[in-house]
Amino acid sequence: MIDDIIQPIAEPVPVKGKRHWIAGRFGIGDIAFNGVAQLLLVFWALMVIFPFLWMIMTSFKTDPEILFSPWNLPDTLQWNNFSRAWNEAHIGRYFVNSLIVIIPSLAGTLLVSSMAAYVLARFEFRGRQLLYYLFMAGLMFPVFLALVPLFFLVQDLHMTATYQGLILVYIAYSLPFTIFFLTGFFRTLPTEVAEAALVDGASHFRIFFNIMLPMAAPGLIAMGIFNFLGQWNQFLLPLVLMPDQNKYVLSQGLAFLAIQQGYANDYSALFAAMTITMIPTLLVYVLFQRRLESGLMAGALKG
Amino acid sequence: MHHHKYRLIIPFLLPALLLYGAFVLWPYAQAIYVSFTSWRGVSPSKPWVGLDNYQRAWNDPRLTDALSRNAQILIVLPLVTIAIALTFAALFTQGSNAIRGASFYRVVFFFPQVISAVIVGILWSYVYHPNVGLLNGVLGAVGLDSLERAWLGNPTTILWAIVAVAVWSSVGFYMVIYIASMQSIPTSFYEAATLDGANRWTTFKDITFPLIWETLRTTLIYIGIIALDFFVLVQVMTGGGVGSGRRAEVAALYLYNQAFDRSRWGYASAIGVILLVLTLLLSVVIMRLTRRETYEF
Repeated sequence: MIDDIIQPIAEPVPVKGKRHWIAGRFGIGDIAFNGVAQLLLVFWALMVIFPFLWMIMTSFKTDPEILFSPWNLPDTLQWNNFSRAWNEAHIGRYFVNSLIVIIPSLAGTLLVSSMAAYVLARFEFRGRQLLYYLFMAGLMFPVFLALVPLFFLVQDLHMTATYQGLILVYIAYSLPFTIFFLTGFFRTLPTEVAEAALVDGASHFRIFFNIMLPMAAPGLIAMGIFNFLGQWNQFLLPLVLMPDQNKYVLSQGLAFLAIQQGYANDYSALFAAMTITMIPTLLVYVLFQRRLESGLMAGALKG
Repeated sequence: MHHHKYRLIIPFLLPALLLYGAFVLWPYAQAIYVSFTSWRGVSPSKPWVGLDNYQRAWNDPRLTDALSRNAQILIVLPLVTIAIALTFAALFTQGSNAIRGASFYRVVFFFPQVISAVIVGILWSYVYHPNVGLLNGVLGAVGLDSLERAWLGNPTTILWAIVAVAVWSSVGFYMVIYIASMQSIPTSFYEAATLDGANRWTTFKDITFPLIWETLRTTLIYIGIIALDFFVLVQVMTGGGVGSGRRAEVAALYLYNQAFDRSRWGYASAIGVILLVLTLLLSVVIMRLTRRETYEF
């Protein structure tokens, strides 16, 4: 089962639709099929693109324009919406907070998971299977069940409203899937290089850091992107563990801002804030679209 | 590779085990224990009350309402999402020649899935806005003024308006999964069907559908679990379920409010355990109901 899932990730399926499946028929029926297909696809594409375009357009308008002519293009581009969102609505601070949390938590997730996955994939020892399934059990449970005790645990550790508390929790909740993925990945790597190095007297530590990790780079990148999205978009955990408004992460700050702006009627700053928040994800998506697709798919098919 | 291997195994496993044990396994175990107490979080003692919290849950109309909303979502969300995703996947793979712009559509359709649910939720609460919103604007522009309404202020539309957003954001994701599954079917199957004179619909029904069945049931379970959660969208789009937003309150949001607004930790934990049991039951039931002969190829 696990190998079935890992395979398509290592070699992503080609983007283009398969051609000429049903050979020998190319008539009115095909033209009609393609016509209907294009119609439906264009419709859905507009459904997806339109709200985002509207959001970006709105983020360049003044508040009166938003309220009284929500349909028209802005008269002049209100770049100051972005500076207001960044400074006065504190989106800049939330953005930095998100980075402060996510850089160490991503690095930690990848390091801790790859060490555990390497051992689980490459060494025989008693309890190995049990440990593997113990980690996999974490894939099954909703975070909700753990929410209340987690809150108190973090409080008892005096890490409520601290970056390190959030970092450790992010890493912990990213482990099951990352270990699952990387264990499969390490199993597919050839053993000869490591064995040769061992014969040459290299230590296990050196072999891991100098040989195995570089070889596992594609898997690490896939998991880096996957966890970047998961952690950057995380909302529930900071909502519970980060009550300090000065340390809000981006998604949390944005939700807070949405409630605030609902009263203040400063729509333009809110839309600018949403656009700012979307940009990193958009960039990652455009740059790594293929890898991301396969990573997320593996996540869905983990059962 | 056997000499001193434990000198590597132990330090390599330890960080993962410690973090996972402390922040994941331990809270789960704790939650089950806390659900049998009347703990309010102020005192360190957790008075044992047996099944009281579960009995209260059974008689709590607000929880029953919330769970019935989850049940409604559970019926509608998978059906609609899978139907649309499957249709698009079929359009991409079942034609005799490639769809023009296929990769463009894929990239666009998939995009909402990677965007934070918080952005999606806020954006759509403005799309649904009664005055400045995109939806009423479009309805007005095409002459359907009579349909215009405050989508999130209206008790009959609020829940479905939110469910529609969930469909909107995840269709592309499932579509990509189904495309991959359909593309793994050997071409020879289709050639044989064509020689037998099967038309496009029969081919889809008799070949494609049975051969992607395993993928379909996996995604069904996945969407089912999402339907039992549904916290973030509802929380963001109803401002935490206050006021008219109460009409969209799902069990997870109720749990959150009971815990973090009312400090009823024991009761909230019991709701969590109920949700966990329901999630596991749901997976088992779907597995059972959708079991059928699998086809190896």
